[in-house]
Amino acid sequence: MLSLYSRRLLVNRFNLVMSLLTMAFGLTFLLWILVTLFQAGFHAFSLGLFTQMTPPPGSTGGLLNAIVGSVIMATMATLIGTPIGIFAGIYLAEYGSRGWLAPCTRFINDILLSAPSIVVGLFIYEIYVSRVNHFSAWAGSFALALIVIPVVIRTTENMLRLVPDSLREAAVALGTPQWKMILMVTLRSVRAGIITGVLLAVARISGETAPLLFTALNNQFWTTNFNAPMSNLPVVIFQFAMSPYNDWQQLAWAGALLITLAVLALNIIARTIFRQAPQK
Amino acid sequence: MSARLRENAMSFEAVAVRRESSTTDAMLTATKMSIRHLDFFYGRFQALQDVNLNIAERKVTAFIGPSGCGKSTLLRTLNRMYSLYPGQRAIGEVVFNGRNILDSGIDLNELRAKVGMVFQKPTPFPMSIYDNIAFGVRLYENLAQREMDERVEWALTKAAMWDEAKNKLKQSGMALSGGQQQRLCIARAVAVKPEVLLLDEPTSALDPISTAKIEELISELKADYTIAIVTHNMQQAARVSDFTAYMYLGELIEFGATDELFIKPKRSETEDYITGRFG
Repeated sequence: MLSLYSRRLLVNRFNLVMSLLTMAFGLTFLLWILVTLFQAGFHAFSLGLFTQMTPPPGSTGGLLNAIVGSVIMATMATLIGTPIGIFAGIYLAEYGSRGWLAPCTRFINDILLSAPSIVVGLFIYEIYVSRVNHFSAWAGSFALALIVIPVVIRTTENMLRLVPDSLREAAVALGTPQWKMILMVTLRSVRAGIITGVLLAVARISGETAPLLFTALNNQFWTTNFNAPMSNLPVVIFQFAMSPYNDWQQLAWAGALLITLAVLALNIIARTIFRQAPQK
Repeated sequence: MSARLRENAMSFEAVAVRRESSTTDAMLTATKMSIRHLDFFYGRFQALQDVNLNIAERKVTAFIGPSGCGKSTLLRTLNRMYSLYPGQRAIGEVVFNGRNILDSGIDLNELRAKVGMVFQKPTPFPMSIYDNIAFGVRLYENLAQREMDERVEWALTKAAMWDEAKNKLKQSGMALSGGQQQRLCIARAVAVKPEVLLLDEPTSALDPISTAKIEELISELKADYTIAIVTHNMQQAARVSDFTAYMYLGELIEFGATDELFIKPKRSETEDYITGRFG
């Protein structure tokens, strides 16, 4: 009896130690990345970073055009992807209980969700860039939107599925048409969750490089023209980090730190919103 | 017509009236919903078998029976709630306002606006107390702000909630206590002025004080509404209802005036159940 108990205690301690060790192992690399990023990127931080354009090698400059380009394309992609994602998510959760279309859509969405982003970039290159014969911010936004859509669909559907059927029945019992029930009751009760999902999708696309390589490409100059190639942080980092010039490499580090901080901020905001919402 | 003949005719009527009042109340009251040969299926499983009964206007009809006997299923047929789910179907007739509501051509939203429902668990909408009640009213009526205010107050008063809620109408309905939430749901159902009110175990999640308030409310509401209530609590059925239906394994075993059914049930199964020897 006692030996059985002490054996169990021993096994418990062993498992606890092992899981703590594996956690420490994983966390070490994460922290390492963050520390390296801060060490290399922080001293490259200056006001010029936010006021000057990307420079030619050998002269001083900043990342203003790349920052603005990234923000513009991420915003456009979110504006395109969010409504599509929310509507598709509503369809899957609220209307898709009968028939084959919903399971089919869900399956394809799962594939899209884990599709390599470079494939998305190549796809937009093939159907858009190669037809209009030039790289453009539109193409970049479309590619990013294709990454936003599956994330938003998944979050919207999952959130709506958490709404108990009793709430739907209560709305329907008053003679509420289904679209109004969804809009006013179910969607409303998971608003915070869906906003969180959208923010996480924004965080996801703000670091994507591959879909932009074949679509928005890069631009050394300031532009807000959607039909022209547009500068953006990930591709600038890619290009500058691969270059032999020291000042470019410094800017790449600064850009990498900037993206990381932005993603961190988005995650924190998303989590705060989600926590503040009354969970039912 | 001679005076004598007229006198005869009048005395005959008087006798007829006296005879009616001596039979059960069911004969006197008008029928609001008439259920005929109702079968219900969850997929292949038959949950109701040939149920026949009349729900009397402005009376309380209670459905009692052990779990799984089909009483909630029966209630959910009366506002076609089951139509939300694929695989559930009802066969037979439920006549309401001259139409069989089981027909496929029935406008379900219109039906449900007339046949309201309150559920076992309180289900406030994620909006303010005021909007919880105004929500249903706005669907079918275009009221001016002042009229809407009056309607909300009227509904909350009917549900014995006005005094507790009048100072926090803008607060979320989710922040209320369980008993208050349930009364809010009743107010919400009453506010759209339905003809029939279906209550599916409305007090099973509530404490005795809230239960007493809601039972009181049911007795008041029957002046204006036809009420059908499912309950697990036999004392509750005895207290609030005028008619009681005892169901078992999807069949209607006995149906009659509550006083008679509880004092001298006609069927031995009913007697076993209400005396606690079974169930």
